[in-house]
Amino acid sequence: MAQAASRSKLRWGELDDDDGDLDFLLPPKKIIGPDENGVKKVIEYQFNEDGNKVKITTTTRTRKLANARLSKHAVERRSWAKFGDAVHEDVGSRLTMVSTEEILLERPRAPGSKPEEPKVAGDPLAQLGKGGAVLMVCRTCGKKGDHWTSRCPYKDLAPQGEGLDKATAPEAAAAAPGGATKGTYVPPGMRAGADRTGTDMRRRNDENSVRVTNLSEDTREPDLLELFRPFGAVSRVYVAVDQKTGMSRGFGFVNFVNREDAQRAINKLNGYGYDNLILRVEWATPRAT
Amino acid sequence: MRPILMKGHERPLTFLKYNRDGDLLFSCAKDHNPTVWYADNGERLGTYRGHNGAVWCCDVSRDSMRLITGSADQTAKLWNVQTGQQLFSFNFDSPARAVDFSVGDKLAVITTDPFMELPSAIHVKRIARDPSEQTGESVLLLKGPQGRINRAVWGPLNKTIISAGEDAVVRIWDSETGKLLKESDKEIGHKKTVTSLTKSSDGSHFITGSLDKSAKLWDTRTLTLIKTYVTERPVNAVTMSPLLDHVVLGGGQDASAVTTTDHRAGKFEAKFYDKILQEEIGGVKGHFGPINALAFNPDGKSFSSGGEDGYVRLHHFDPDYFNIKI
Repeated sequence: MAQAASRSKLRWGELDDDDGDLDFLLPPKKIIGPDENGVKKVIEYQFNEDGNKVKITTTTRTRKLANARLSKHAVERRSWAKFGDAVHEDVGSRLTMVSTEEILLERPRAPGSKPEEPKVAGDPLAQLGKGGAVLMVCRTCGKKGDHWTSRCPYKDLAPQGEGLDKATAPEAAAAAPGGATKGTYVPPGMRAGADRTGTDMRRRNDENSVRVTNLSEDTREPDLLELFRPFGAVSRVYVAVDQKTGMSRGFGFVNFVNREDAQRAINKLNGYGYDNLILRVEWATPRAT
Repeated sequence: MRPILMKGHERPLTFLKYNRDGDLLFSCAKDHNPTVWYADNGERLGTYRGHNGAVWCCDVSRDSMRLITGSADQTAKLWNVQTGQQLFSFNFDSPARAVDFSVGDKLAVITTDPFMELPSAIHVKRIARDPSEQTGESVLLLKGPQGRINRAVWGPLNKTIISAGEDAVVRIWDSETGKLLKESDKEIGHKKTVTSLTKSSDGSHFITGSLDKSAKLWDTRTLTLIKTYVTERPVNAVTMSPLLDHVVLGGGQDASAVTTTDHRAGKFEAKFYDKILQEEIGGVKGHFGPINALAFNPDGKSFSSGGEDGYVRLHHFDPDYFNIKI
């Protein structure tokens, strides 16, 4: 492992070693090719761990596949002059951009799982259409999945009878007997009877989210995806990138579809050596706001 | 995959079309300039200037030399694809909605909206090989259906014209005589406006998307309903993969209701369904508004979506897309 690393890339950690200064004694790097078959040869010299001179020959072959498929007319069209508004396009207008975010084809459920399985991170609208919508609980009459509170046909029969706000207050007090008495204010989202649509939506990104820290700076989202995908369906991968320098800031987040998969990934990858660094993988705690 | 974002239009997108080789992508929007892009890297090649209203639809000839566009400025225009020069303008008394070249590019079907007492109509025009000999005369004029006709395409061997629109009925017309041959059944057909209609790459079947939150697959010759794909939002755009048995539905809540809810509640993803099992495969997120247009590259390796947000998003699939298993 150490040999492989010192051969391919020099890390900042190794630059401080005292043997780095002898590099000028080595013959220069030689590149032969690429020839008509696309074969390129690179000859380099390095000192190995014992201080001996080592010759490294790397042979690579580049194959061209993309051009073979284009039709003659398509190649011709490639060199067409621009017209219309495209003629006077500013260099800085940036009409075409590559998305900064990695977009995945999001599977509705993990491959191989049963269709009946309820969605873990299901969104409120999808559940509305389904029969057993647990989300829809009338706060006036307590009926589940039949109607919303505002549409309650028994509204007039409810004890208070005046309206929505009044109707929710006793319910909240009754449902949260632990701390809140009738006088204290309970935010609507914290009330037990309240539908949690708002908070669910806001916290969706935090669900089954795993924070990965101590990433090497050339780790990108696809690398992280490759690392985490064996554990289960991944719904989002994000690596924090410094806006100014474009360098990775050394941490990222991975969201799993299933919580168990996330737990397994944490168990397995926390303390895992990745790109010469020891990864730290843990649950991402929701920001305290 | 990292989609390519193309911000050339200032208004919502209405239609997307690839040419046959799949190297050019044509986009129409409610701003007045249809645009052509290179389909591999998303670079803008040019715009077609001359329309004076929203452009609803376009089609490109098989040799990628002629473009036809239908616009709300009551014209349909023929363009030189390479130079952006306008070759001919068909003038109507009401907005033009759908346009489609026939097989062989000798005819074009153009639909016009109901407008100022005028009913909607389907016009068939002859397309001259030499643009200087082009005339605006109609070969055939079909009237009858109530409401707007949102899409009209040619059937096999140009013998029929398939139309669908606001009255939710899919109709097959004889393109010679103008006789109505078949009509979709009210019971099994769509319940609300049909917003889009796309033929399969071999033309044997086609898919319609409707505001009744479903898309349906039909046989082109017999107009029998083959499959129904049910989703939870109105469908504005549909397309089919030429490579795999996948259909893609795009839509979302009504544009007027977008600002009233969280953007994640609007269902603005492009939804992939298995064509045969009718089961959802996955969704591709990204737009900040409903998807109005979808198109698959003829090679099946990329697709693009156009949204109410004015962006075209060009997606080149990752290799693992091609071995997705249900």
